[in-house]
Amino acid sequence: MTGATAARGGGAEPAGGPTGEKDHGIHLLQQMLRIRRFEERCAELYSHSLIRGFLHLDIGEEACAVGVIDTLSPDDAVVATYREHGHALARGISMRAAMAELEGKVEGCSRGRGGSMHLFDAATRFYGGNAIVGGGLPIAVGLALADHLQGRRAVTACFFGDGAVAEGEFHESMNLAALWHLPVLFCCENNLYAMGTALDRSESETDLSLKAASYRVPSWEVDGMDVLAVEDAARSAVETVRAGGGPHFLELRTYRFRAHSMYDPDRYRDKAEIEQWKQRDPIPLLADRLTASGVLTDGDLERIEGEVGAEVDDAVAFAEAGTYEATEDLERFVTSEPVRAGEAS
Amino acid sequence: MVTYREAMRQAIREALTRDDRAFLMGEDVGRYGGCYAVSLGLLEEFGPERIRDTPLSESAFVGAGIGAALNGMRPIVEIMTVNFSLLALDQIVNNAATLSYMSGGQFNVPLVIRMTTGAGRQLGAQHSHSLEGWYAHIPGLRALAPATLEDARGMLWPALQDPDPVIIFEHGTLYNIEGELADDAGPVDINTAAVRRPGDDVTIITYGGTMRTGLGAAEQLAGSGVSAEVIDLRCLRPLDTATIVSSVARTHRAVIVDEGWRTGSLAAEVSARIMEEVFYDLDAPVARVCSAEVPMPYAKHLEDAAIPQVADVVAAVQMLGG
Repeated sequence: MTGATAARGGGAEPAGGPTGEKDHGIHLLQQMLRIRRFEERCAELYSHSLIRGFLHLDIGEEACAVGVIDTLSPDDAVVATYREHGHALARGISMRAAMAELEGKVEGCSRGRGGSMHLFDAATRFYGGNAIVGGGLPIAVGLALADHLQGRRAVTACFFGDGAVAEGEFHESMNLAALWHLPVLFCCENNLYAMGTALDRSESETDLSLKAASYRVPSWEVDGMDVLAVEDAARSAVETVRAGGGPHFLELRTYRFRAHSMYDPDRYRDKAEIEQWKQRDPIPLLADRLTASGVLTDGDLERIEGEVGAEVDDAVAFAEAGTYEATEDLERFVTSEPVRAGEAS
Repeated sequence: MVTYREAMRQAIREALTRDDRAFLMGEDVGRYGGCYAVSLGLLEEFGPERIRDTPLSESAFVGAGIGAALNGMRPIVEIMTVNFSLLALDQIVNNAATLSYMSGGQFNVPLVIRMTTGAGRQLGAQHSHSLEGWYAHIPGLRALAPATLEDARGMLWPALQDPDPVIIFEHGTLYNIEGELADDAGPVDINTAAVRRPGDDVTIITYGGTMRTGLGAAEQLAGSGVSAEVIDLRCLRPLDTATIVSSVARTHRAVIVDEGWRTGSLAAEVSARIMEEVFYDLDAPVARVCSAEVPMPYAKHLEDAAIPQVADVVAAVQMLGG
């Protein structure tokens, strides 16, 4: 649990301390709360069988998605994993479209074809929702290759967990991005467990940023529970990547407070360890800091909670009022189809 | 006279000339000139950004092709051989073939993957297999098998125009075949099977490397008074069932020649479709000539024994009687 941001492998030191602008701090807090409350509701809906399949909650890790994605521009791209509700919401997919997707409705952001693990959104350049560990990394390299070849100054942010580091695709992609000097920001959310296997039981070298550095990718170890630290590191890295500095790697040290999925009895983690990490919950961590600096009042927090709660309620109502796609349409989109008259492209 | 290899090269040149978004990427496609010399000279013509050598990272560069296709490019990815494509199977099956569907049609992957396939060159069990049937199993992919110079020249451009992923299988024994190709040869249809030799007594169904085997058998059979029709499937997914069944409905006999292993083969699929559509037109059971169910051996006589030969096809036709 490093509190500081440490650099390795070259590149500029990320700009120092937390940025303190009042509205911005509150914005980050609200984004994290949106994810937290959305997912808490998802867990409830799961227990009522309104959401099925695998459901992987991001609770505890919200600062990673929010801190990084907040530094991106609309032209940038995001590739995420199956634990991507937070990334989707942070990127601007509406809570309505995400919730409808989880309930399998055609109003969902993937028309009910994807579910929790496969949220997609062309409008915000959100390329999933990828549920093969490590499988998103080569795609991120390719998105960046296209930007390079077409002379666009876009950045592709690619999220993955510590488990992905054991996959060949991590190493192949890190090498390829570095070799071709492509604009990818690799964001490793190291929550210390690949499902149930602890990092030190799956990696001979547990210092993940060292692995990236071995491909000459500048890498940063970041406190993934501190959204301001994440944002500072990401902003600096994104600027460098966008300016043509080649790929960068952020190791975001974080922890999930819930089990891997709703099926996971969580036998492999010490309860004391979980409790210890909960002491560094990214939401109170930021809220307390904003309160101490006079930026946030109890009234503000109450107002934000009210807004977020209303947004979640609205999303659930929207999803439940949604429709199931006709089974006659089962085979649509296996291959592309021409845009139908009257439909948005 | 041009070779199949040169026809393929012309196709790549056309693609890169006509479309700025097209580029070729793969192992040794540039400085080396392509492991089968298909892309020889293209690096000098188009430069290293568009004739892009990759590390030996099949999963990463196929995945990068998918990402580039998602983001506005028209990548042509070359994989040295079908056996190596297994290292990229995750990207092809889990990503290229699924992204359109999983995203509810928001994204599509206009990617072409070219790979060498098949036996006949004494390359042993890790460079010789014929796995086209596996890929033809996957919804979301189109699978093409150019067996002629015209198809080698003409399939790439329409494949690149396809909004979805297309795999082109180039049989390794075809690169050196030589023939006349019209100066204005260009894009061909990539949806239908072709009748390569008309006939009345039996339909021999082939694709890729077995097309010439089928033609050889038909020629021999003609000497003994049997008129064989030879179909070249060309497009392995989606299969052009109509061309197959209309021929078999007329000849009443079918022999399928497939260099894949018999069990769970593309030949099995073609056979099933014949049963489903024209069972009552058949005068004899559908026959299959497939590869022996062994990893491909090195020794010439064993390899020959393992893969469909003209004599095997002739014998299969004769077994059907008539």
